[in-house]
Amino acid sequence: MSSTADSQARYYAGIRMVPFDLLKEGVLAVVGVAVLVLILAAVLSAPDSPPVTIGSWSQADPVDFVTTATAELAGQSGTAGYGPPYNSTADAAQAIGPIAPQVWAGISTPIDTAQEFVLHPLELAATGDPTLTSALAAYKGADATQQQAWLDAYTTALGNATVQGSEVTVAPGDYGPVPQLMASLLGVARSGGLDALLLENGRFFQTDFTRPLLFMGDGNYLSNLAADQHLTGDQWGVMNETGSYPGQTWLWLYSVWYQLPPFNTAPNADLAIVLIVLTLTTLLALVPFIPILRDIPRWIPVHRLIWRRYYRGSSQ
Amino acid sequence: MTESAQEPDVDRGNWTLTLRRFLERRLPLVHLLPDRQPYFVGSWVYVFGVVAIAALLWIVATGIVLVFFGPQWWHVSNIGHFVNALHFWSVQIFFVFMVLHLWGQYFAASWRDGRAPTWLIGVVIFGVSVVATFTGYVAQQNFDAQWIAINAKDAMNAVGVGAFFNVLNFGQMYGLHILFFPIAVGTLVAVHVVLVRVRGVVKPIDPPGAQATEPKSPTSEPQASQGPVA
Amino acid sequence: MDAPATYLSWGFILISIPNLLMIIGMIVLFILALVAPFPHETDEKGAKGRRDD
Repeated sequence: MSSTADSQARYYAGIRMVPFDLLKEGVLAVVGVAVLVLILAAVLSAPDSPPVTIGSWSQADPVDFVTTATAELAGQSGTAGYGPPYNSTADAAQAIGPIAPQVWAGISTPIDTAQEFVLHPLELAATGDPTLTSALAAYKGADATQQQAWLDAYTTALGNATVQGSEVTVAPGDYGPVPQLMASLLGVARSGGLDALLLENGRFFQTDFTRPLLFMGDGNYLSNLAADQHLTGDQWGVMNETGSYPGQTWLWLYSVWYQLPPFNTAPNADLAIVLIVLTLTTLLALVPFIPILRDIPRWIPVHRLIWRRYYRGSSQ
Repeated sequence: MTESAQEPDVDRGNWTLTLRRFLERRLPLVHLLPDRQPYFVGSWVYVFGVVAIAALLWIVATGIVLVFFGPQWWHVSNIGHFVNALHFWSVQIFFVFMVLHLWGQYFAASWRDGRAPTWLIGVVIFGVSVVATFTGYVAQQNFDAQWIAINAKDAMNAVGVGAFFNVLNFGQMYGLHILFFPIAVGTLVAVHVVLVRVRGVVKPIDPPGAQATEPKSPTSEPQASQGPVA
Repeated sequence: MDAPATYLSWGFILISIPNLLMIIGMIVLFILALVAPFPHETDEKGAKGRRDD
């Protein structure tokens, strides 16, 4: 095994060496970047849009909140029909032919949206509230067909709901105890209690925001706010940032596919695009071994600018 | 420290001695901290890498301050917000100069002459940095973090890692961001830089007709075959 | 800076002005690095010199 000194001596034989100061270069770089970053931070600051809470959502758009909660109770929300890892909805998982890693991973984070997002919070809120207690009993006492009929009718009516004060009002109809359940849930949400209940999940200390985020993601309120900031997938959102700040420009090659057919309408777009990007990254890593890709630097003579002193023949 | 011509019996099989001799031969200080470099290293393209490293140092330094005061601090404190802004712009500078460094090394075909591992590790650094930055974005605890996490979960779930790498789990993402990924990126960058030092900067792409990848045979002048090289 | 950015669209491309400035800035930096003169160590001592270890 040759020593580094020997192999470098052979490699650079016949090439003139000139002095340079590695440490000074490094220190200059550190100081230079410090100055640049200090100026940018002082002049432009950085983005920090305040988070949405279930409380603020339910106050700003109670109809959207109630519509979402109804969908969760009916098992028809995005999360309820998501498939793995949250539940086992048939044909919900993304797949390319037999390639279905979403299915292979299994249901590792089981979520019963009706129970966790609606019924359990209401059971806790029903303490000392006889109206809610009886509404819950009426709902749970009904059979599944009756429950579904109430929920379908209420969902349809919500399309023309109005907000009066802090209440969501729909046209008269046969909705059973559902409006009462939703009115109570809205009250819990507006007070901030639902944020806490969905996060706390039976424990005191929590750092896992899976449930409150899934619930908020099922509504339109959050995505409307995102669309205002060009953050949705079909707006190159992956690359963008709130406010007038630069985003993640380096994700352009990931974001672009979501704008192009067939991915922009495909239900398995995420799977396909992740695989594409992984493949392209692997190709980039293997450029030294890939013909044409590794020869382009010879054909496009950028190197003649990088080493113009060498090519001018100013070697010995 | 010279290698003894005949190894005494007591030194045979000594792991420490073997490792030290390996390091002396392969990573001598004179090549890790050289003060000479080939004369053809004469382009501003060569500073992109060190500027990216400088930005990385500032990312870590500002990150340490943010960690010290906790993830809520920068949302409620003006100084904290400023430190976060330093962290944000350090990341932007880091990616700008890492990509410029990638462009420069690509057009210089710097993988030549046995330097493919250096290139490969560089691409890995880029990929790991993207994921490291992503964990930061979803751990910001603001609207952006909420939206990014809600959408990114679909990509993670689609490839089957969503429960293992749960972007909705702040504790997990934050822990990865402040501990695992800084160690990963730092280690990879250190290996990358050591490889550059050990191999030396790649020679220019020779004009057509010349041998592109063979090292030149030693000339009669002894100067280039002695003394430290970059 | 917290107001939503202005976006430019061209075909299927939609890009914010800040992002566009970053990308243009990078291309300009790269070109500048290629063409800008680089200070050279032209000391005769260095050409022949070698450090004594």
